[in-house]
Amino acid sequence: MRLLAEGLGSMRGGRSLFRDLSFALGPGEALVVSGANGSGKTTLLRTIAGLLPPDSGRISLAGWENPPGEAVHFVGHLDAQKGVLTVGENLAFYRGLSGGGGATVEAALQRMAIGGLAELPAAVLSAGQRRRAALARLLVSERPIWLLDEPASSLDTNGQALLARLMREHRGRDGIVIAATHLNLDLPGARAISLGDGH
Amino acid sequence: MSRALAAILKRDLKLALRAGGGAGIGVIFFLALVTIVPFAIGPDLPLLKRIGAAVLWIGALLASLLGLERIFASDHEDGSLDLLLLAPVPLALIAATKALAHWIATGLPLVVMTPVLGLMLGIEPPALAAVTITLLAGTPAVTLIGLIGGALAATLPRSGMLVAVLVLPLAIPLLIFGVAATDAAVTNEIPFGAPFRLLCAISLFFLVLGPVAAAAALRHARE
Amino acid sequence: MPFYELANPHRFLQLARVLIPALAVLALALIGLGLGLGFRAPPDYQQGEMVRVMYIHVPSAWIALFAYTLMAVASLGTLVWRHPLADVAAKAAAPIGAAFCLLCLVTGALWGRPMWGAYWVWDPRLTSVLVLFLLYLGVIAVWGAIDDPGRAGKAAAILTLVGFINVPIVKFSVDWWSSLHQGASVFRLDGPTIHPSLLTPLLISAAGFAALFFALQLAAMRNEILRRRLRTLGILAAATAEAG
Repeated sequence: MRLLAEGLGSMRGGRSLFRDLSFALGPGEALVVSGANGSGKTTLLRTIAGLLPPDSGRISLAGWENPPGEAVHFVGHLDAQKGVLTVGENLAFYRGLSGGGGATVEAALQRMAIGGLAELPAAVLSAGQRRRAALARLLVSERPIWLLDEPASSLDTNGQALLARLMREHRGRDGIVIAATHLNLDLPGARAISLGDGH
Repeated sequence: MSRALAAILKRDLKLALRAGGGAGIGVIFFLALVTIVPFAIGPDLPLLKRIGAAVLWIGALLASLLGLERIFASDHEDGSLDLLLLAPVPLALIAATKALAHWIATGLPLVVMTPVLGLMLGIEPPALAAVTITLLAGTPAVTLIGLIGGALAATLPRSGMLVAVLVLPLAIPLLIFGVAATDAAVTNEIPFGAPFRLLCAISLFFLVLGPVAAAAALRHARE
Repeated sequence: MPFYELANPHRFLQLARVLIPALAVLALALIGLGLGLGFRAPPDYQQGEMVRVMYIHVPSAWIALFAYTLMAVASLGTLVWRHPLADVAAKAAAPIGAAFCLLCLVTGALWGRPMWGAYWVWDPRLTSVLVLFLLYLGVIAVWGAIDDPGRAGKAAAILTLVGFINVPIVKFSVDWWSSLHQGASVFRLDGPTIHPSLLTPLLISAAGFAALFFALQLAAMRNEILRRRLRTLGILAAATAEAG
């Protein structure tokens, strides 16, 4: 399947964030969106996810029969963890929400190296641990396209290496990764879009 | 899809029942409201009996609306609303499921409290069963109407009592028929059947309009 | 910072292990004795058998008031003297006091039905107890709303003290409100005049209720201390996992 963006444009507060953006991504490919804060990286990602309608242009999926919503998993820059629920309960919820096909909660938490925190309420976790718990959602939901907004924020070096491994494996399984970041993510061979100055 | 809805129901119930979730606060508010009314109007038992139905309904309405302010706002604040919007389930069904969870955690306890509070307002025991049934039929409508306000207020930072303000005019038909049915149960002066059936009809009407309007409000609130 | 929560209450827990069963046995004995004597005394000519409910109704009212006073003193302990167990005591007392309050209201209602024809009457004393019950519920709600025990303790303490200061004002205004409508459809309750033969069982029963309250209070405090330990252990576990 391929993800096609044609002539995407978005305005916010009367100002044009990006205009006439086009790209095509096939299996195993990646896209890195960079730019200063406020340049529209999050808006672009949310537009691709389908959370926002673009002001111009369109997004389409070729070669995907299921509903388009099931092609994407979105990890925003908030962690979407409920503090009073345990880490395991939070993840089990998202697993159920996305149809329950992917890895088990225990396996996903182990993979993210936070397996021992499963019974703890999410409120006591550090920012980095919560970020790992948020990224664990990618493992419990089987979606070909990963949309990641500042995925490495709050992660230590180990965490960033783990994230790089996960993205590499996903692309190896013909998945697509689109990441917005102002850090250096380890995404070999990725296309790059730089936002800012209305481009 | 039912798996996703079950997950939402389970999560929302857990959130309501745990610390800070607000499951008990509606009941306390209901009790407090019923308590302060006689202080305002005097311990005049016949008068209390006359307005007892009205006090119960206003109490149940306000107690439900309190929790509905946050029904979508808390999800918006931690980013989980995005994931609900992206789930492979129609948004109206998600909204309806959240309404169900809210009614179980907040509305149903109000119904359970109704006989006790009815006693305090001088309603005779034989009438209490019918009074409770009218609230059982009407509190879902309250939750569903408040769902719309909650969706509208979801992305606003300082909604305060906005939901109550938006929703109270919509609740007028509910109050009219709800109080009429409850009064009919208490005084037997007017027939019970007609207002009660209309009350049920209103609940069913909002069962459709509530989630659909809430979903529309959520979709258009995206930034 | 979390370690002080682990260290200080240790002596309390040792004491509690001894005191709780002792108080429970004492409570059982005294309440049994009080109720037994009370049931043997002749029924009141005016109220019949129902007067016996007085042995539960009156002591539970006294305990409800006593527990709120205890909460107020504990709140001072939290805010002024910063005693480490003060907010534990306050948090433990709230649901217990509320339960005795509820017991008083329910037994009052059961007593009221045969005596005055209604389960509930808006008379000054019952109404004041109802307001006290609402104050209790408010404090319990504050404890439930804030996750961190320290912050919750301070908020609950302030609320408790404000409520405590208001108790005489509320009582006075409720009495005044009730007297306004004298002669209307209001029931004026002067309460039963206690015959001496009924007074002794009442006092014994009350002493039993007090022992029961303290047994419950100590047990609840123990539970709260253990709960906080669990919470601290959880925080430490997460922090250790992060560091290692």
